[in-house]
Amino acid sequence: MTRRALLAIVGFVGAAALLWWSLFVALPRWFREDPVPPVTSAAPAAAAAQRKITATLFFISEDGMSLVPVQREVNFAEPAVEQARQIVEAQIAPPGPPLGTAIPAATKLRAIFLSDRGDLFVDLTADVTARHTGGALDELFTVYAIVNSLTVTLPAIARVQILVDGKEVDTLAGHVDLRNPLSKNLTWVKADNPS
Amino acid sequence: MPTRLARALPVALLVALFTGASAAQAPQSPAPYTVVSRDGRRPLPTRTFDGQEMFAVDDLARLFTLSIKEDTIAGGLTIGVRGQSILLSPNQEIASVAGRLISLPAPPARDGGAWFVPVDFVSRALGIVAGTPIELRKPSRLIVTGDFRMPRVGGRIEPLGAIARLTFDVAPSTPHTIAQDGNRLLLRFEADAIDAALPTTSAPELIAAVRLEGTAGISIELGPRYASFRASDLPGDRGGVRIVIEIIAKTTEGTPAPIPPTAPTDTPPLLDLVPVGTLRTVVIDPGHGGAEDGARGPSGTAEKAVTIQVARRLKAALEGRLGVRVILTREGDSAVGLDERAALANNNKADLFISLHANASVRPAAAGAEVFYLSLEEYGDEAQRAAGGPREALPVFGGGVRDIEVVPWRMAQAKYIDQSGTFARTVEASLRSRLPMSPRALMQAPFRVLVGANMPAVLVEMGFMTNPAQETQLASEAYQTDVVEGLVEAVIQFRDGRGVPAPAPVQSERR
Repeated sequence: MTRRALLAIVGFVGAAALLWWSLFVALPRWFREDPVPPVTSAAPAAAAAQRKITATLFFISEDGMSLVPVQREVNFAEPAVEQARQIVEAQIAPPGPPLGTAIPAATKLRAIFLSDRGDLFVDLTADVTARHTGGALDELFTVYAIVNSLTVTLPAIARVQILVDGKEVDTLAGHVDLRNPLSKNLTWVKADNPS
Repeated sequence: MPTRLARALPVALLVALFTGASAAQAPQSPAPYTVVSRDGRRPLPTRTFDGQEMFAVDDLARLFTLSIKEDTIAGGLTIGVRGQSILLSPNQEIASVAGRLISLPAPPARDGGAWFVPVDFVSRALGIVAGTPIELRKPSRLIVTGDFRMPRVGGRIEPLGAIARLTFDVAPSTPHTIAQDGNRLLLRFEADAIDAALPTTSAPELIAAVRLEGTAGISIELGPRYASFRASDLPGDRGGVRIVIEIIAKTTEGTPAPIPPTAPTDTPPLLDLVPVGTLRTVVIDPGHGGAEDGARGPSGTAEKAVTIQVARRLKAALEGRLGVRVILTREGDSAVGLDERAALANNNKADLFISLHANASVRPAAAGAEVFYLSLEEYGDEAQRAAGGPREALPVFGGGVRDIEVVPWRMAQAKYIDQSGTFARTVEASLRSRLPMSPRALMQAPFRVLVGANMPAVLVEMGFMTNPAQETQLASEAYQTDVVEGLVEAVIQFRDGRGVPAPAPVQSERR
């Protein structure tokens, strides 16, 4: 009697354990539609953070008379407006010698946005005017370093308009008309790379 | 009897003047001059001595309140005016006016106890010491004194078939209105009087007569074929204004005849713009100013100071050597907006716009002068439309219509882009023979100050302020003179149609 009772208890516990397993482990696993192992989902995210694109940036030639195109790796980003942000950040950062930059020191990007018509608005801090050399040629270089680096690297961007402290401006230093978005213009770009 | 005659003579002579007898006077008894002032008109008779018209000093003394004292020992005459004196000596063609010597066309004449002086004495001697303007107008035999506004008005009529063109040259420029009053047009001047030489009509079907109306007006009596008129003002010579009134004839149906596209006679069309070879007004734009220093050199020289210095030198050179009117967009160290600068040139109907600047670079070695004119690519379709500007006939005040060219203000330069290019190449070539030029000395760029200019316009970068050697040069008189000489030569060549023609556009030059 005691032996049969013991077997019955063991059988009952075994049946209960089987039932629990089938309810809470086997069935959910059975009905899961598309099991994705966590290891494979983490790998591409890390790869995107490291992915680069080649941007064409523009710096001032040694004689100060033209813009020189320079290829630089910048982080890949999506969508296009975020990629544009990466390019502007790279263009306005001090390039280090021997390159000369057309962007006045301390200039920062405040905001960037893309219109439906493909016009990109680049909003810079007032340093871009306050710290400018005031030369007409330098002013052309400042404007077209930004316009060309964006339009050459990202064909989706048709035109670029520069804003200062969130507002439209007539000029940066009294010469170049900034009332309209500007298209790519390679007039001041020297074709050969001296470095 | 003699007193009655003396009283009647001036009246008779005055009547003779106003009936137009002044043009055909006998040499023995020339018509008197008329002295006009706010107080009225008074005759001033002349006498002729040896072919020289003279005024009696006694008459002048009466009209201008002069004191006369004859020095019987030395034989001279002292005329006192407001505490100053004019000394006349017999047989001397010079007079001393408040210590200054002036020349006269003839020595004073004497008849009995009376002294006579050449008519020019009034402007050359009295005008200096009188303390009020005295203007001698020989052709109309007038002496205009004080702030009496009496512009000269010369008129002529050209019959051009279905149109009769009536042109009035007015100097100095005087505000005026034109209005139709029944069967005549009234041209009224904002003046105290007018000194008019009116034409006799040569197109009686359209203009029956032109006569004076009131003190400062002209009445144009219209002929039987009159249908409508249109009027316009053009800049005249020496600060004057030219008023052109076109009287348009009726066709048989009673509607205005179509205006012939070109004038049928060989007279130049007056309504055209300034013909080739004339240059009336040049606007010079000294860059920056006020709080805006522009570029700064390593020793602290500011671009705004150099641009105003060169602008003043250029103004003096152009005015003195070409006789053109020159206007600066700023006279001192003041802040002027870029649109205001172009607007000043447009409002003054300038024929050329020259903006002066000095350059700056982050590379201290950069050097050389550059000449810019506008590039239109940045302005897209708007520039294309502006270049072929439409014309619209708009009604004008006082009746009639006028062809108005409608060009958006911000695109005014588009129409002149070829001329600006020619002028820029001319300036570049002229500066190149005098100054170090940048490796790329001729460029087009979307410069804000140029786009609104309604005339050929260039921007000259005279050198690099950031280059220490060039900073010294830019501040020096010698370098500034070279810039001015180069610009004056270029302006002359452009005026004479000898500008450098367009080759293939200069896009890039290598060193």
